[in-house]
Order: sequence, then C-alpha cells, then structure tokens
Amino acid sequence: MTTDNLLSVSNLNVYYGESHILRNVDLSIPKGQMVCLIGRNGVGKTTFLKTIIGLLKQRSGSVQYDDQALSDQPPYQRARSGIGYVSQGRDIIPQVTVKENLLLGMEALPGGMGKNRHIDPIVFDLFPILEKFLARKGGDLSGGQQQQLAIARALLGKPKLLLLDEPTEGIQPSIIHDIEVAVKRIMKETGISVLLVEQHLHFVRQSNYYYAMQRGGIVSSGPTENLSDDVVQAFLTV
Amino acid sequence: MELFFSQILDGLSIGSVLLLTATGLAIVFGLMGVINLAHGEFMMLGAYITFVVQNLFRPMGGLVFELYFPVALVVAFFVTAIFGVVLERTLIRKLYGRPLETLLATWGVSLILIQLIRSISTSMVIGIAAALAIGFFGGQFLSKKIGDRPAFPYLNGVMWTAAVGIGLVVVNSFSSMRAIASPWFGPRNIDVTAPKWLQGSWGVIGGIQLPGLRIFIILLSAVLLLFVMWFLTKSVWGLRIRAVTQNRQMSNCLGIPTDSVDSITFGLGSGLAGVAGCAITLLGSVGPNLGAAYIVSCFMVIVLGGVGNLLGTVFASLILGIIQSVVGSGSLLTAFPGMPPAAKSVVEFFATTSMSLVLVFIFIIAFLQFRPNGMFPQKGRSVDA
Repeated sequence: MTTDNLLSVSNLNVYYGESHILRNVDLSIPKGQMVCLIGRNGVGKTTFLKTIIGLLKQRSGSVQYDDQALSDQPPYQRARSGIGYVSQGRDIIPQVTVKENLLLGMEALPGGMGKNRHIDPIVFDLFPILEKFLARKGGDLSGGQQQQLAIARALLGKPKLLLLDEPTEGIQPSIIHDIEVAVKRIMKETGISVLLVEQHLHFVRQSNYYYAMQRGGIVSSGPTENLSDDVVQAFLTV
Repeated sequence: MELFFSQILDGLSIGSVLLLTATGLAIVFGLMGVINLAHGEFMMLGAYITFVVQNLFRPMGGLVFELYFPVALVVAFFVTAIFGVVLERTLIRKLYGRPLETLLATWGVSLILIQLIRSISTSMVIGIAAALAIGFFGGQFLSKKIGDRPAFPYLNGVMWTAAVGIGLVVVNSFSSMRAIASPWFGPRNIDVTAPKWLQGSWGVIGGIQLPGLRIFIILLSAVLLLFVMWFLTKSVWGLRIRAVTQNRQMSNCLGIPTDSVDSITFGLGSGLAGVAGCAITLLGSVGPNLGAAYIVSCFMVIVLGGVGNLLGTVFASLILGIIQSVVGSGSLLTAFPGMPPAAKSVVEFFATTSMSLVLVFIFIIAFLQFRPNGMFPQKGRSVDA
C-alpha cells in the first residue's frame, strides 16, 4: 500500500521491562508536513520517538517508513535511511568541538564523514551563533546554543523525517523564535517531514496535524486548526 | 651517578612498554567500559609472535635476519589486533553492558591463552581445527528440513559437543607421535636475540652510554603514541571513536556504525599490546605468565593518569617505570653514597622488585587522596553537568 505518508505507525506496543508504556499507538506523518505530538509529562511521547529512531524495540505493531518496514534496524541504519533525531537532552558530544559535532551530523549521508567534509553554510545562516563558536567544545555551550547545534547537526544529515523532542524546553523566547523559523524554513525549502513533541503552544500551532497522547495511547487527533482550547487545556501543561 | 642515569633509562624503557599497553587498555575501557583482563595476554602473544618470527628468519641469516625485528613488530600488531577483533565479536559484544560478566569472561580468556601457549603443539592445532570445522560446517551437511526445526539450536549444541569430543580424540591419537605431539613453546621462558644493530651503544651523551635497545624502545613507543594521538584527534575514525566514547546512544542515532567502531578500537588496543609484547622481548626472557605481571601495573597507570587521558597515561607510566627501576635496583645507594644510615636502610628495604611495587602502591594511594581524578582531571562545563 503506497500512500503519501512518510511514516505510518500502527498498533505499536512498547514496554520498558514489564511496564507497558505505549498502547496500540496509531500515527501517520504525511510527506512534507509537520505533525505534533502533545501530552503531559510521562505519557510516553519520548518513548515513541525513541522507538522510531530505534533506541527502543517495539514488542508488537508495525512501523512503515518510506514504504519499508522498520523492524530490527539499529539506530545508525535508520539515521542513514533519512531519520534525523534531536533528543530531549540535546545530546551534544561534550568533549569534541562544535565543528566536529556538525561533521558528525553528516555521518548519516552516504559515505559518512569521510566523503562529506564540507559543512553546508545554511546552518550558519539559520543559527549564526554556531559559526562564532566553531572551535569551542560542544559541552561548553549554553543550553540554547546546544539546542541550536543539535538541530543544525540533525539537518546536516539531510533527513527526510526530522524528530524533534521538546526543542524549546528551558530555552529563552528569542531562541525559541529562531528555532521555529528555522524549522519552518527548512520544511519549505527541502520538503522534509517533521514529528514534533512539544509543550510550547505557539510552536504546536505551527504544525499541520496534532496527536494527543494520554497514558501511552492516542486519545485525540486531527488537523491542528481543529485543536480546541479544551483539548489544549487537557493535554498541555500550560 | 652513571649507574643512576642508566637506571633511569631502564625505567623509561619499562615505562614506555607500560605506556603502550596501558594506552590500549585505556582507550578500550573508555569506549566500551570493558575491562579486558586478557589484555596482558595479548602482550604475551606479541612476545611469542616475535619469537616465532625470529625463528623463521634465523635460517636466512646475515642481513635478512637483522631485519626480523621490524617485521615482527608489524606481524605482532596485526595478529594481536585480529585476535582482539575476534574476541570482541565473539565474546565481549555479547556481554555488552554487563561489566562483571565481562571481567570474568576476559579473565577466563586470559587463562585459556596462558595454557594454550604452554601446551600448544601440532597435534593440538590439528585437533582444534578438526573440532572447529565440524562445529561450523557440520550443519551444512544436514538437510534443510532439520535446519528449520525449532529444536535446531539443541541439535547444534549436541553437534558442537561432538566436535569437541572428536577434537580431543584427534589430539590423543597423536599423543604417541613425539614429533607432532611435543609442545612448541612449553611452559619454560623463551629468549629472543636482539638484532646486532640494537645491541651495544648508540653513542655517548655527557659520559653516559646510550644503550641501543632502550633508546629504540623509548622511540618506538613515542612514535606509536604520536600515531595514536593523531589517529584519535585528526582522523575520521578517531572522531567516530571519540563520539561513541562520549555518547554511545546519540552517536548511534547520528548514523555512526557503533559495532564497527567497537571492533576497530578493540583491534587497535590489542595491537598496541602486541607491539608492547614485542618490545618486551628485548628487555629479557619472557614466559607464558608475562601478562599477569604487567596488567596490574597497567591498571595502576590508568588510575594514576586518569581514565581516558592520554597525557596522564604518559606521565603515569613513565613515573611508575622509573620508580620501579630506580628503587627496585637500589641504585639510589650507589648514586648517593653519603646518605645517613637510617635512610640507607629504608632504601635497602625497598630495593627488590616486589618491594618497589609496594612502594608504588603506597605512592598511588597517597596520590589519590589529593587528586582523586588522576593527574590531569578534565575541566569545563561539560564535566560538571
């Protein structure tokens, strides 16, 4: 079944040991669209992203990506097939420079870092601060700078699907704005799809579709313009 | 005074060997959190490979024989590196994230390697080859139907047991034939003759003879260490190794093939140990228990220098080498003959190999009270976080 969906997940069940985290999750991401996953803390949003990138294994259900089933591939193969992941903790490699962190982002390209030595200047256009700090250690940047670096690093792998886990958490408003603009611009210019996990209402409103999660299951979904204030009240901690 | 300086040179050369071994151990530990207790045995393998290469070159004589040592260095590096990769792929990878089991398993491997070197003979090689052949390829002769049955893993186990049994029978059936049943090396120490260009002095500086062997070992480890530093900081694989060392999960998500990184790092670490073993043959005779003696010193070097810190490893290994050699030989007495009797008796008390090790332990324990993170702890925002 070929669809316009880049990613379609059906009946996904994920466990941590014996505790059942994700229950029969169905979710699909159309090509070139932004889908937002909302919900309060601890409902399983991060677990869902980790399952898509392959850090966690599903117990049952299917994940179709680009018309292929993702089952046992390790995360690095998924990254190479075009899934970019920006984790909640940013996960900048602390003791290597900003430049090396960016180079590592190109590991997902064919040939890896060995064949791709040139950092696309678009990331400096999106996040000018990175160019100034190229020679600094990644771990010495502030939280907001690390977030920008993490997004730039994921973009350098030219993903088809970008997974963003709370990119605005604990970040000052002006940088939140920069990040929103950057994500929207990249989507417009390259046509990638984005799966956003977010609490920040303004960013949520930018997406095309929303899915609301409660206790590991999807309880509400639809186009974002239908996202009523009641639903927001129920599923966002604002 | 001359004796004192030559003891320092001795210490530096022992320290250089420690440095090579400890560097290998440290990068493997830093990357995978695996303490490889068989690391010392890789060193021992390197020493025996040197012995074998020497014996292969001996009949050629003359100039060709003089060149055996560089060849042995290269062969030792690659053979131990391959050994390391095989060990990583077959055993350590399966135990990833279980440090205690890994510790026990690698200790078991070290015991196996020691006994293997003691008793390996042509008949034993034939037996092992037969067992492996049956174990790996026996399944191919079974019909496809059997291979698909759910009970196949048990059948496979039975087949491996049978393979081991057949191997043992093969070894025993050869036991009466002296020519192929006698061990190659046996439990006794072996000796390697250093080539002529390494023997003797390489010149005199300030009245002190520069013994070729020791200078060569110091230079060798310096060159190798510079290569390792270049590899880790400038090469593409080095960046991958550093990334996986610092954040394995995220590196995986970025597209870095973490299993290849593990294999390459383990191979590099083991290869360094092999070269160290090669160098050690120049310092004296070596036996199957060589590794056990050095692995403890290696751990001390790593603790003293700070885990994952190359600069610290360099200083720690050289300091330990010098302390052991200068104190253990008692050359302080000859260097400073005018010291008071009380100090003299203290120096004499520590002037044996084992007591100098005790002194090293005391030194390390005292040092760690003041610098618990080693000589050069990492600084910066990322450490506090």
